[in-house]
Amino acid sequence: MSRKPLSDSSEWSFELIERYDREIARVAADYGLDTYPNQIEIISSEQMMDAYSSVGMPVGYHHWSFGKHFLNVEQRYKRGHMGLAYEIVINSNPCIAYLMEENTMMMQALVLAHAAYGHNSFFKNNYLFRTWTNADAIIDYLIFAKNYVADCEQRYGETEVELILDSCHALMNYGVDRYKRPPRLSAREEKARQKEREAYLQSQVNDLWRTIPFKKKRKDEKNEQRFPAEPQENLLYFIEKNAPLLEPWQREIVRIVRKMAQYFYPQRQTQVMNEGWATFWHYTILNRLYDEGLLSDGFMIEFLQTHTNVIHQPPFDSPHYTGINPYALGFAMMRDIRRICENPTDEDRRWFPEIAGSNWLETLDFAMRNFKDESFIAQYLSPRLIRELRLFSVLDDDRKRKLEVTAIHDEAGYRYIRQALADQYNLGSNEPDIQIHEVNIRGDRSLTLRHSQYNRRPLHKSADEVLKHMARLWGFTVRLESVDENGRVLRTYECEV
Amino acid sequence: MTRIVDRRLNGKNKSAVNRQRFIRRFKAQIKKAVADSISERSITDIDSGEKINIPARDISEPVFRHGPGGEREYVHPGNTDFVAGDKIKRPPAGGGGSGGRASNQGEGEDDFVFNLSREEFLEFFFEDLALPDLVKTQLATNAEFRKVRAGYSRDGVPTNINVVRSLRGALARRIALRGPHLARLREAEEELDALLRAGGDDEASRLRAAALEEEIRELRRRIKAIPFIDTFDLRYNHRIDQPRPTAQAVMFCLMDVSGSMDEERKDIAKRFFILLYLFLTRNYERIDVVYIRHHTTAKEVDEDEFFHSRETGGTVVSSALELMHDIILDRYPTSDWNIYAAQASDGDNWNDDSPKCRELLINRIMPLLQYYAYVEITPDEHQRLWHEYLIVREHCRNFAMQRIDGLEDIYPVFRELFRKKAS
Repeated sequence: MSRKPLSDSSEWSFELIERYDREIARVAADYGLDTYPNQIEIISSEQMMDAYSSVGMPVGYHHWSFGKHFLNVEQRYKRGHMGLAYEIVINSNPCIAYLMEENTMMMQALVLAHAAYGHNSFFKNNYLFRTWTNADAIIDYLIFAKNYVADCEQRYGETEVELILDSCHALMNYGVDRYKRPPRLSAREEKARQKEREAYLQSQVNDLWRTIPFKKKRKDEKNEQRFPAEPQENLLYFIEKNAPLLEPWQREIVRIVRKMAQYFYPQRQTQVMNEGWATFWHYTILNRLYDEGLLSDGFMIEFLQTHTNVIHQPPFDSPHYTGINPYALGFAMMRDIRRICENPTDEDRRWFPEIAGSNWLETLDFAMRNFKDESFIAQYLSPRLIRELRLFSVLDDDRKRKLEVTAIHDEAGYRYIRQALADQYNLGSNEPDIQIHEVNIRGDRSLTLRHSQYNRRPLHKSADEVLKHMARLWGFTVRLESVDENGRVLRTYECEV
Repeated sequence: MTRIVDRRLNGKNKSAVNRQRFIRRFKAQIKKAVADSISERSITDIDSGEKINIPARDISEPVFRHGPGGEREYVHPGNTDFVAGDKIKRPPAGGGGSGGRASNQGEGEDDFVFNLSREEFLEFFFEDLALPDLVKTQLATNAEFRKVRAGYSRDGVPTNINVVRSLRGALARRIALRGPHLARLREAEEELDALLRAGGDDEASRLRAAALEEEIRELRRRIKAIPFIDTFDLRYNHRIDQPRPTAQAVMFCLMDVSGSMDEERKDIAKRFFILLYLFLTRNYERIDVVYIRHHTTAKEVDEDEFFHSRETGGTVVSSALELMHDIILDRYPTSDWNIYAAQASDGDNWNDDSPKCRELLINRIMPLLQYYAYVEITPDEHQRLWHEYLIVREHCRNFAMQRIDGLEDIYPVFRELFRKKAS
């Protein structure tokens, strides 16, 4: 079936974008991609820098750190040190994707396929996003947050608000529930309930401290009640609910930052998969359109060049090497899964008996829905891909004088490498494990945090600074104990207010 | 399912507020960077943005993370000749990382670099100088514009409606639209007249007359329906911004470079010259700057030499004044040029020379100049030059002088200059 190409110049127009979108949507539906409706926004490069510096949020509260980010991006862009990302896509319903006006028609089509259909379907279907984010409400919530923060700035002064935000940002990564699923709240409810919450929160906090004067009652209890009863991993949540001295509006701001952190948490855990999935689909969809005769040869050559740049993986000894490229790894794995389904070798049958020879669309769809980076790699990284990428693992133990190559791409090393690479994407081991350990409710109200060391890794020296932020929020002395695997306290940080 | 929205017209400076907050927060560091850069800049180059460096650790946003140490294992691509069990020498910390540590430990301690816009830069520059706000805005705004008439336009605000033009247009439109109807009306009336005069009484002519009457009524109605004035006719007075006509000026920088003028004093002098220069750029399209330095003899030099070379010896101010006078006569006829002069000195002068300076100024130089500003950068007693200059000030209204201890004393020298402009 040979048809006339959709366009043969590199100039784009709204009409052309619509036509490409129709064709891409048709092919995507044909492959069974399930997406939110799309909202494509055409923006200028300067607006792209704006979007960039607010971490891709279309609306956000004001904070100097976004300004810093913006200046940095602007500087590097102007000096040509970096190109801007071709696209930014927002996990919302409808799914918002930005297209830059400077892009050629080919780039617009690539971004459409990549973001508006690839990322979009990932956002809609991956279990982490389904569980932790609420695409229908996020835009509303962002607007609520922006207005609320602006309102606080009016009432309490920009400096006051900035102090709270600084502290919250420092602890942002510890503002997520890793296991407990948050209840779904629509944004309108959110706003309606915010006022209510203010009053309740404050009274609840006071409850905690109100126990102090009641000494009689306490005396009966032999063993002191420990607070919190169990260690808490969500530091910001704990602060929001229990910090004794915060004003209600400060609690609400803590909550806003916590919500943001929670919203971005799935993205941090699915980088390889998300990018791999989107890259796989822009590649597959555009190739299909080419086969149908809708894309010209010139378009295809330009496309392949860009695509090759995106998935380029320099080897470890190259001066350009900065770690594993998530696009390259993700794309290679998605392609590899399809290959295992379509043309399995004996080795594949041995390693992946359940998927070798199965329907590739269903298998990929299942993988996309039910995994995150860590489990995805542990499940699907094939020996053949390990060989192709020539992966090897290196152990750096500070007690030894030399680094050791622990495994390479051979029969003995496949499983080891697969596990090591999966661990590398485990946020739980990449970030120090710090939890609320105990509050001294009967004495000086000091708060103790506990850092359980992973592989004897100590905390970075920035911990002292972060602790100051923690102390500012808590209002009383904060201690941080670094504990080894046997529960022995190795080092204590302390910050008094 | 897909909606396409063109957002390009939306405000692009969404980050402007965040940027302002960033600058406010790191004001101290930025101010220092600005001060450093002023000493490196050329006077004529002051009116642009600036690249600012801030040490990265000052603006870091701390988070809990792992520090160096412990055990860590990384998987890398592109193995060539390693086998399991190989021992590799630890690469030097932060040394490009071939092999060992991957980049997620990358601890960028580089300076944070960004560009200050021209407005932001000037704001920092003005801050020390204690300029009144009016003057600040006056200096910071770009070229001034004047509204001038530029014909007529089809749209505008009601106050700008040009009545004559609009009505003229309306008349023309009415004539044009009425034309065909009028012609036909005239024909019909004539035919009807002829018919009536002929007095034909048969059925055909009666019917014809009735039809004509009907047509005439219809035509009259149509002509009447043409509006007297229509939005289409409206014309508005059109005004555009035209840059104010500007002329050319020359600025003389006179400085004493005898041994007693140290770097610090030169820096103050430099800011003094910069301020005058900035003022002139607001008012003149073209500005020449002439640098004259002197000790016992005067010499015209370029900017670099002006600020950076030092010489020793006595001081004869009149030599510089004479040189300036010669240059004016030679190159800058007062008919074509507005002439400004700024002199910075530590007040030292050969005693017998000072009266000569006074005379030179009052009789020969001041009549040629728009403005003469003198600053004396000294903590000591005034010497004779100061007292002679006081006399000059009494004679000439466009002569300003000031003793300077710090940067904030510079502005009063120019007060008169800016006041004239501001009123």
